[in-house]
Amino acid sequence: MSDNRLSEEHETLRKTVEEFAREVVAPAAAGHDEAKTFPYEIIAQMAEMGLFGLPFPESYGGQGADYFALCLAIEELARADSSVAITLEAGVGLGAMPIYRFGTEAQREEWLPVLASGRALGAFGLTEPGAGSDAGGTRTTAQLVGDEWVINGSKAFITNSGTDITRVVTVTAVTGEPVNGRPQISSIIVPVPTPGFSAGAPYSKVGWHASDTRPLSFQDVRVPAENLLGERGRGYANFLSILDEGRIAISALSVGLAQACVDESVKYAKEREAFGAPIARNQAIAFKLAEMETRTYVARTAYYDAAWRMLAGLPFKKEAAMAKLFSSEAAVTNAREATQIHGGYGFMNEYPVARHWRDSKILEIGEGTSEVQKMLIARHLGV
Amino acid sequence: MNIVVTVKQVPDTWAEKKLDASDKTVDRKSVDNVMNEMDEYGVEEALKIKEAHGGEVTVVTMGPEKAVETIRKALSMGADKAVHLTDESLHGSDALATSAALAKVISTLSPDLIITSSEASDARGGVMGALLAERLGLPQLTQARKVTVDPGANKVSVERLADNGYALVEATLPAVVGVVEKINQPRYPSFKGIMAAKKKPLTKLSAADAGLDAGSVGLAGATSTVVDAQPAPPRQSGTIVKDEGDGGAKVAAFLAAQKLI
Ligand SMILES: Cc1cc2nc3c(=O)[nH]c(=O)nc-3n(C[C@H](O)[C@H](O)[C@@H](O)COP(=O)(O)OP(=O)(O)OC[C@H]3O[C@@H](n4cnc5c(N)ncnc54)[C@H](O)[C@@H]3O)c2cc1C
Ligand SMILES: Cc1cc2nc3c(=O)[nH]c(=O)nc-3n(C[C@H](O)[C@H](O)[C@H](O)COP(=O)(O)OP(=O)(O)OC[C@H]3O[C@@H](n4cnc5c(N)ncnc54)[C@H](O)[C@@H]3O)c2cc1C
Repeated sequence: MSDNRLSEEHETLRKTVEEFAREVVAPAAAGHDEAKTFPYEIIAQMAEMGLFGLPFPESYGGQGADYFALCLAIEELARADSSVAITLEAGVGLGAMPIYRFGTEAQREEWLPVLASGRALGAFGLTEPGAGSDAGGTRTTAQLVGDEWVINGSKAFITNSGTDITRVVTVTAVTGEPVNGRPQISSIIVPVPTPGFSAGAPYSKVGWHASDTRPLSFQDVRVPAENLLGERGRGYANFLSILDEGRIAISALSVGLAQACVDESVKYAKEREAFGAPIARNQAIAFKLAEMETRTYVARTAYYDAAWRMLAGLPFKKEAAMAKLFSSEAAVTNAREATQIHGGYGFMNEYPVARHWRDSKILEIGEGTSEVQKMLIARHLGV
Repeated sequence: MNIVVTVKQVPDTWAEKKLDASDKTVDRKSVDNVMNEMDEYGVEEALKIKEAHGGEVTVVTMGPEKAVETIRKALSMGADKAVHLTDESLHGSDALATSAALAKVISTLSPDLIITSSEASDARGGVMGALLAERLGLPQLTQARKVTVDPGANKVSVERLADNGYALVEATLPAVVGVVEKINQPRYPSFKGIMAAKKKPLTKLSAADAGLDAGSVGLAGATSTVVDAQPAPPRQSGTIVKDEGDGGAKVAAFLAAQKLI
């Protein structure tokens, strides 16, 4: 078996982001969470560091690293603040990636340099009020009128869609009659702003307070015909393949949160005294910590392996789904246990674990619910 | 501008610092080592000056093999090349011996400007800038919280931190400048920077390569010896004042007894 430790470049990057997360992201996290503000100054510093360009070649303004490097950065950021981590994940993995994977040369040249620089954010509009897990049930339409697409409909829960630096949203829409009994869904690049397009007020969320999530509405939004992204009728399939990769990144984010819960809890359990001794002396607490650490380790190993398979060109969809399923549940469990270990203080927003607890639940829902992951995994088993 | 910036690898500030029991030197083997935090400000300042005026930034470090990690960090931030002085015989150099070795290396680079930081977090001598200036026969501008270079006029001026403000001092180039924390915000390296650092020129020198005489460096050449060291006593638990209506007065009396008010 070959060695699965990080290469020197990956490890140096990981350490750099760890340092940045500890010194810059963590101290600001509680403030942005409380005020529900988008951390523009932190995003700008991440842009300076090239984090938004990690997986793209230098010829498109990227850093020439790979998807695994992006995952490492996401994990380290999530140890400090999930909102910041999801902004990077959605901006790169969902916003810019479809253009890199499926765009024409002209589309890549138009969008990638600005997105990779982090000066602008992209968003991915698949989910609709009535179509989430079953995104094939998309109702938004795009009609080709002359040399323009005319888009009508709405999207729900779209990350990064309404920040001051959002410049593009790629959306899925029905572009014609069903083909072979399947809905004809295509994806289209919508520059922001475009008349008729609007991002509604941000949702009031349980967690991810410093991440931007909004409903979108399209009323006779006109964009040039050449804004079609990928082949006509392939939009849904293409977006699903973006989600296959995205699951590895969400797994990395989950691992970061799970690790943060371990770190905070170990520290707290050694300091907090009850019945005359640190609570960590109780085996009930020590065993919780041991289980939390184990979950995190197994989850990390799973996403490393899925990423390695993907980069090696091997089949990875099942592994990505398993990594996402396992690590998002590990994150939720660790966050619940961390709060428990912190007692009443764990329910106070002043302690990071309270925020981790609120931020964790969405991990079992976004980019495919746990049930959807199980459907995918079962399908690979032929059932 | 040909700028030299000195950087030192030190035990991580989060780590418990220990002395090696046998020779009372800093234990650098059993802990995580990082770039002296204040040197990050020195590197950043050098890069800013280079970005404004052009030129080249050379990193100079003296330290064990592992100190190459710190050199790489400076290179990944954007420095152009590095000189690493490393040799078993240098182990245990005191401040005087360290300055002699660094001065020897720096003089071969003929810099216009030498930037050090004000203090390394392990030994905390706070003297290296002054010692280097003396050895190289150059003006020294230490405790700088702002640096302005005017290559046309061959001048550098700094705002030198003082007790109740700052002093504006200037010197002709070449000069040694010692920077303080918060002079700038050091950048974090990008992935591209990390990759580029691996290809940048790094010269490794032994004591002999640098033309240093073995007797003048290391423990052998040290003019001072650490004879004994004790860990700092654990902090005493604080005094708790119970407020029974007279809490304020009690706290004031306590502070007065400590001559704090
Ligand atoms: C407990 C203890 C006591 C000591 N007592 C004495 C003593 O009494 N007298 C004495 O002479 N020495 C003493 N030393 C040793 C001496 O302080 C250091 O060995 C010597 O390297 C001076 O470095 P500094 O960290 O004090 O430098 P500082 O002056 O604090 O460092 C300022 C800057 O100079 C540069 N610099 C310093 N060292 C290097 C390096 N190796 N390579 C590149 N740049 C560098 C860096 O930019 C650094 O930020 C003692 C050491 C210890 C651990
Ligand atoms: C904060 C946040 C950010 C988001 N960001 C984005 C974004 O940027 N872009 C985007 O396109 N979307 C985004 N989403 C949407 C997210 O991907 C969807 O919410 C998710 O896919 C689930 O869809 P749904 O909410 O419609 O739930 P539903 O599909 O209605 O599911 C409801 C429940 O039914 C279960 N279920 C559904 N079908 C089955 C079945 N066949 N078998 C068993 N159980 C089933 C589900 O697992 C779930 O438990 C975001 C959501 C949130 C909350």
